[in-house]
Amino acid sequence: MNSTLETPSNLLTKNDPNWLIERRSKGLEQFEKLATPTVRDENWRFSRVGKMRTDGYNQLEEADTSRFDLLNERSNLISQRAGRSVFVDDATSIFEGVGTKLAQQGVIFLPILEAITQHSDLMEKYFLQESTELGSQKFFGLHAASVKAGSVIYVPKGVEVIDPIVNYYWTSGECVAVFPHTLIIAEDNAKVSVVDLFFSENVSNEALNISASNIHAGPGAKVFRKIVQNWNQETVSFQLDTTVAERDAQVKNIAVNIGANRARFESQTRIEGAGADVKMYSLTVAEKNQEFDQRTFQTHNANNAVSDLLYKNALLDKSRSIFSGLIKVAEGAQQTDAYQTNRNLLLDPRAEANALPGLEILANDVRCSHGATTGNVDEEELFYIMQRGISRRVAMQLMVFGFFEEIIDLIDNEELAENVRKLIHHKFDAKLS
Amino acid sequence: MNNTLEIKNLNVSIDGQAILKDFSLSIPKGEVHALMGPNGTGKSTLAKVMAGHEDYTVESGDILLDGDSILGQEPDVISHAGLFLAFQYPMEIPGVSIANFIRAARQSRLPEGEQIKAVEYYKDLYAKMDALKIDRSFTARSLNEGFSGGEKKRCEVLQMSMLDPKYCVMDETDSGLDIDALRVVADGVNLMRNQARAFLVITHYQRLLDYIVPDVVHVMYDGRIVHSGDKDLAKELEVKGYDWVKEEFTDAIVGA
Repeated sequence: MNSTLETPSNLLTKNDPNWLIERRSKGLEQFEKLATPTVRDENWRFSRVGKMRTDGYNQLEEADTSRFDLLNERSNLISQRAGRSVFVDDATSIFEGVGTKLAQQGVIFLPILEAITQHSDLMEKYFLQESTELGSQKFFGLHAASVKAGSVIYVPKGVEVIDPIVNYYWTSGECVAVFPHTLIIAEDNAKVSVVDLFFSENVSNEALNISASNIHAGPGAKVFRKIVQNWNQETVSFQLDTTVAERDAQVKNIAVNIGANRARFESQTRIEGAGADVKMYSLTVAEKNQEFDQRTFQTHNANNAVSDLLYKNALLDKSRSIFSGLIKVAEGAQQTDAYQTNRNLLLDPRAEANALPGLEILANDVRCSHGATTGNVDEEELFYIMQRGISRRVAMQLMVFGFFEEIIDLIDNEELAENVRKLIHHKFDAKLS
Repeated sequence: MNNTLEIKNLNVSIDGQAILKDFSLSIPKGEVHALMGPNGTGKSTLAKVMAGHEDYTVESGDILLDGDSILGQEPDVISHAGLFLAFQYPMEIPGVSIANFIRAARQSRLPEGEQIKAVEYYKDLYAKMDALKIDRSFTARSLNEGFSGGEKKRCEVLQMSMLDPKYCVMDETDSGLDIDALRVVADGVNLMRNQARAFLVITHYQRLLDYIVPDVVHVMYDGRIVHSGDKDLAKELEVKGYDWVKEEFTDAIVGA
């Protein structure tokens, strides 16, 4: 069987401009040359790297179009939106562009490959230019070599897109590999919100995901990105996300992680302009043998900026989580406020949460803090709730959902928040007894 | 006995140390009893044991609501049997709003399959919040999170009035309250006083009893009630102080 990992489809390069051909071959070289990670690598501490099977999957040249209608219909978590894309096994299933008004204002919302054809200069400037530095460089290389699905959102100076742009990335076939990409470019004082949803058609199709996203928030831009990852538990997933924030930009990232057997999440934030403000929130609900492996990097290269990270994990059964976060404040990035918090709620004595917070500060006038807590459900809180007549089971539910609510509350879209609650509650319904 | 909260010869220890020693008390419906005593004498232990806290070992004795033992029952079962404990230190529950919390507590009292009627529920909730001078915006706030001492205690009384218990145990509800908050809380309690309900008001200070006037006052010392009287006993205690209790009753305990 041809493995995608060895021979990315030649079809991809057929219409590619030279700059992209170069980036793809560089990516392939990177994938082939770099060693497979081991736990001895600091970036892979505590990871079950042995379980990180990446061979035996194939990127489909053509997806099974008979699945499209059904999956388009199921791509319905947000009804009020500025645009929607649905990809199935890396093929475009439906693409609803932004309306005429936004298009006339210069907003671009296109599938990656079309954007490369129509806006080659823009794409040359931004596409595949930000790679992860957090351990998955090898896999980012494969992503660069293979990416053909995903969406590009470009919002020009001063333009505000009020409703969210929504991307659904589905897997459907057996042993498929997908390489979705979301690229968000917001120019000066532009405003946009994007939702990426990662779903599997059913509970049993095995899949490999190596997705990447890049947010480029120009001066004064406001970008709000929400991610819901609900792959089935036969999926191995790498999400390699980067954010670059320029002067006075405001970026908010919220990730809700529910699915995958093994989910590696690398999130890198680089602050390049004074006064920028970047928030990173994450909520993970783990069960069975799931492993959520989260690595984050907040870099402050400019003064007077804020970055704030809060990652919350709730762990059931024998599930595991790893949180490793680094804040780096460059020399001269004075008046930095950088925070990093990881909270883990262990709901089973067999569950395991690993936390590795870190700071590297080269400026002398900063406010930075990092902290991690790991604990069980508080028995005194449980007693208090039960004293009101609420059963142990419902009391546990209230407390656990309360733990989630701090993040869900920030989603700021009641329909999506409610859909996220349903997904999580569904996962918990049978568990809390 | 029907219509009575009875505690019979209760002996309770924690980590092998005796805290309640042959403690007995009987409160018929319609009455308000105050339990006063110095710190560390076992008042809060009594409250928690009554509510079914699992940290304590009951060596012997019994607690009966309307003639039925509640000893060894889960806290939620005891709550359904009609006992409400207003906590000395109410817990903060992040992410659980007051409205949803009380709703879940009420829902737990309904038969399987029956749902709370939201309109009626909110009407009732708002009326009781208004009476306790709790701003309506509090319904959406996380339970007790970031509340002042007074707000927490008012929220306890709000829950108590929403759940309509037969037996109310109030553990140091006056602690941390300024005089205005104390009045509001006392008014809330007084509105609930009736022939179908009994109160055990646990307090260190006499002050609260100016506003919630008790029918009977008990003085607790070293794990048991050493003296009982009418509301004037509280005033006497205020004047003479707890040293008086120690001097007066230590001999009696040693001799017992």
